[in-house]
Amino acid sequence: MAKGIFIIAEQRGGTLRKISLELVSEGRRLADQSGQSLAAVILGHQITEEAKKLAAYGADTIYVADAPELAAYTPEAYTAVLSELIKAQEPDIVLGGASQQGKELTAKLAARLETGLAMDCVGLSLEEGLLIARRPIYAGKVYADVVCETARPQMASCRPNVFPILEPDAARTAEIVSVAVSIKPEDLRTTLVEELADQSGKVDLTEATCIVSGGRGMKDSENFVILEKLAGVIGATVGASRSAVDAGWRPQSDQVGQTGKVVNPNLYVACGISGAIQHLAGMGSSKVIVAVNKDPDAPIFQKADYGIVGDLFEVVPVLEEEFKKIM
Amino acid sequence: MGGEEKEANVNILVCIKQVPDTESQIKIDSGGKGIQTADIKWVMNPYDEFGVEEALRIKEKTGGKVTVIGVGPQRVVESLRTALAMGADEAIHVDDPAADGGDALATARVLAGSVKDVPFDLIFCGQRAVDDDNAQVGAALSELLQIPLLSVITKVEISDDKAKVKVQRPVEGATWVFEAPLPALITTQKGLNEPRYASLPGIMKAKKKPLSAKKLGDLGLSPDQAGLQGSKLTIKGLTPPPERKAGKIIEGETAQEKGTILVKLLREEAKII
Repeated sequence: MAKGIFIIAEQRGGTLRKISLELVSEGRRLADQSGQSLAAVILGHQITEEAKKLAAYGADTIYVADAPELAAYTPEAYTAVLSELIKAQEPDIVLGGASQQGKELTAKLAARLETGLAMDCVGLSLEEGLLIARRPIYAGKVYADVVCETARPQMASCRPNVFPILEPDAARTAEIVSVAVSIKPEDLRTTLVEELADQSGKVDLTEATCIVSGGRGMKDSENFVILEKLAGVIGATVGASRSAVDAGWRPQSDQVGQTGKVVNPNLYVACGISGAIQHLAGMGSSKVIVAVNKDPDAPIFQKADYGIVGDLFEVVPVLEEEFKKIM
Repeated sequence: MGGEEKEANVNILVCIKQVPDTESQIKIDSGGKGIQTADIKWVMNPYDEFGVEEALRIKEKTGGKVTVIGVGPQRVVESLRTALAMGADEAIHVDDPAADGGDALATARVLAGSVKDVPFDLIFCGQRAVDDDNAQVGAALSELLQIPLLSVITKVEISDDKAKVKVQRPVEGATWVFEAPLPALITTQKGLNEPRYASLPGIMKAKKKPLSAKKLGDLGLSPDQAGLQGSKLTIKGLTPPPERKAGKIIEGETAQEKGTILVKLLREEAKII
């Protein structure tokens, strides 16, 4: 019997992350479709007020696990608290985020609960009570539909930026349930010593709605300043191809592709990127792709919605100026 | 003192998966649940190379032994020999069809079984394999072995007394610094190191290094605990990704003209800005 849907909300520094709203919205959709209730679970310290925001997006119940030890995420303590709650409540479906934190947490949780987890999904549907999860594999060269037939809960982690957020309804309320937290010493072996804030303050590539990327055609690290300027105008994050990273022009964390980050922004502007198969796999699900390249035969043009054959050093500054006029 | 030296050693296990080279075109097979393997070039998962390299660097500093483990058909021996040629000391190959094709937990059971008699202080796994992009086996193995899990790591520091490890983990907008007691399991991310190439003498030496083949029975596992039979998560079917067609090439005389047209199209046609 269906016993409800749980979503694992994510907070950092006491603030809900966007993925939490995406999860509640998708959870609501599945709950309505199957006539189940939707519960959001949040772990942290002094987060009840923040957690209440989840009601407007569709949570019927909000479980709050509040303890000083849970203020910052650690894999062991979070897994322990969540697995106890899930064992007690026996939900039919548990959704988490395929964020950096969520991927680790859901993987650990699924193993502890001895159930199946569909990682990094881009689509979820229900067929006769079974959760059919669609997930890109080979960095998106193929999509797999996976299912967990017998073990419960059915678990999936949702790729950020894919599942649309519902319009919040301020009139909606949820029952707030405080979770009794008992954390054993062995759940505190792994400790967060320090959090080094990223000085750039830019949105991570995996969560960016707009990306401007540079490849071998950028010729040098200093030339990326023209991409930074364009990105500044349209609120984009700067990414890079593997060639640009391997050349030492950009940090590893900027790499888009099969051995870097898989991204899915609304707009992806590829500058001086020829479009190696590994790169195309990593950005192929972008909603709109723009390519600027000197070589008219570059494979990137086969994937691009709009292409400009030309010198990026001439084109990019024009784009910056033209966008400035309308932003 | 010999005894002290022995204590200083760090024994490291590295789990290796053999995957299609990232250059590969991936085509769905006639059964609809797997891929065509005829033209595939098989390589060590790139993230696992970072694990082998990091293990070797630690061993070179502190002494100890590096054991690599791979699950899969006979071809997996090539990847294990590559790791031995890089400098690993020993390899374990679980060569049993009943162990293949499992989900994360089923595969982790095989790995846990294959190291039950091997002492270790650290285990490395790639943060994900570039074939199924599952990113779960390391986590599942840490659960079965009940040891701390440190995921997607770009820096590893072992304490002088070899009791603890401190790691750096990039997340969205920050880097987390975690500390955990050993033994622990670390999953590796690009940026951790630059893996070495196997040298010719290394390749020659690798041929004589111990490589043991194991069956499920040797690991104390039955077929219903491993591989497809032991899996909770199953593939219903594979589909090609949504087709992307080549779009418009913007025509114009100058960069100025082309750029102006593009921005107009993004705003009025694509409605993205």
